[in-house]
Amino acid sequence: MYPHANHKEDQPILDIQKLSVRYDGRYALDGITFHLHPGELVAVVGPNGAGKSTLFKVIAGVLPLTSGQVSVFGSGPQAHICIAYIPQRNQVDWHFPVTVADVVMMGRSAKLRPFSWPSKRDWELVREALATVEMSDLAGRQISQLSGGQQQRMFIARALAQEAELMLMDEPLSGLDNPAQESLLSLLGKLQQKKVTVIVATHDLEQAARYFDRILLLNRRLVGFGPASQVLQPEKLLLAYGGRIQRLDTESGLLALDDNCCDGSDEPL
Amino acid sequence: MNILLDWLVEPLSYAFMQRGLIAAVLVGIVCAVVGTYVVLRGMAFFGDALAHAILPGVALGYLVNEGAREPLFWWALGTSIVSALGIGAISKKAQIKEDTAIGIIFAGMFALGIALISTVRSYAVDLSHFLFGDVLAVSAQNLWITAIFSGLVIFTIFAFYKEFLTLSFDPVLATTLRMPVGLLNNLLLVLIAVTIAVSLQTVGVALMVAMLVTPAATAYLLTRRLPYMMALAAALASLAGVIGLYLSYYLSIASGAAIVLTSTAIFALAWAGRTLIQTYQQRSLAAT
Repeated sequence: MYPHANHKEDQPILDIQKLSVRYDGRYALDGITFHLHPGELVAVVGPNGAGKSTLFKVIAGVLPLTSGQVSVFGSGPQAHICIAYIPQRNQVDWHFPVTVADVVMMGRSAKLRPFSWPSKRDWELVREALATVEMSDLAGRQISQLSGGQQQRMFIARALAQEAELMLMDEPLSGLDNPAQESLLSLLGKLQQKKVTVIVATHDLEQAARYFDRILLLNRRLVGFGPASQVLQPEKLLLAYGGRIQRLDTESGLLALDDNCCDGSDEPL
Repeated sequence: MNILLDWLVEPLSYAFMQRGLIAAVLVGIVCAVVGTYVVLRGMAFFGDALAHAILPGVALGYLVNEGAREPLFWWALGTSIVSALGIGAISKKAQIKEDTAIGIIFAGMFALGIALISTVRSYAVDLSHFLFGDVLAVSAQNLWITAIFSGLVIFTIFAFYKEFLTLSFDPVLATTLRMPVGLLNNLLLVLIAVTIAVSLQTVGVALMVAMLVTPAATAYLLTRRLPYMMALAAALASLAGVIGLYLSYYLSIASGAAIVLTSTAIFALAWAGRTLIQTYQQRSLAAT
């Protein structure tokens, strides 16, 4: 078992103060401040290069920050194993020789002592996690044979096996067909019932407004944070997206943006 | 039947063939198991370069010990561990791409090795010994060293199985699980380095990369889980070692080359078989 900090339950699950991240003299994130409480479901939206992946990686403790503070239950992210970062699907080697159950078991590997092998309880937790994401029948399948939605749900099962309390999902919905998106969104609701805090990067403002408690509008700076009705205002969207917005009709909730893809390739790491 | 048996037993009447077979199987197994990670992490070029980079260390040992071959293992071991960790450190903060940095440094070291050996009169013979190895010249002491270090490497791979698996599949996950990622990466580099030093006598510098990647790549084609891939790679490498040595004995081919050629033929068979099956499956799918 690798070292990790105790949670101070009176602290917010995530508290970010004046966070800035700089690469090569350019700010990827600039003065971000917000905090989240357990069980919140938050969408992060913003144009390509807005710093969504960077924000996630700093919260996960994978990327160093330049200034400011990130704390999870009162201490820095590097002290925690309760944070799960769910990668974009195109950043995974799907031909790696592992089954679905093997990948989910990786989530347990931090809880196991060095030199030890998974116990009955670990396999039990892996089975439970797969049942939660409705993939029990696919446990023995090689990961290259999964559909996009199944790939995404497998990673959520891995985060559940990790007993993650904060899940960061980088563009989980992009590239999925409608039924797969629906099933993933309903799974997010299930996670919320388990008091898991979920932050999802997405491009679909309409979905963000419909399914998420709060929206964080990002373009290197934090443009807005709150319920959809407050954040998805024309002036704020213009501030975040600039001239890239093609059509804006907030009264009917329709928003069309010239921003339909994101592989995060313009961001480091 | 008897003829076949004689054919198989006859070479075993020579002690050097017995030792050679044991060495080829041991080295095959350790290279295949470590090679699984070399293949999965795309480190074939690193392995090839590292094998070449140990030449100056080995040459220096050869000169210092005035031609004695017994102590060379330790020189190879030292050089390969230092080179592996060195390139690990450089690739982290290099201004140029990692493979370019590897190319420059390791080719330079290889040249230095050749330069050192060329100061000896029996230059060509000695150089070819280091380049291509000679499994039939393995001494009993060599064999013990090979067995002990192969055992250590395989033990370490199994002891840190879940760590290496997680790290290789998803380094970001390994970081969020707060594994000592830098330490584990360096440990894997050291394991590759030890494997190369152990295999030097058997296959030499030039063919090392084939021992690391070919059986593992064959197993990659045929299996879907890491433990099976490792086991199958080890089995195929042992098989290639044995067949290769018999070929070497009966056809008078250099032993290292015979082993590698056998391994390559097995890979070609597996690849062709898989391609045939896939084509057949696609056809029958299209037919339905």
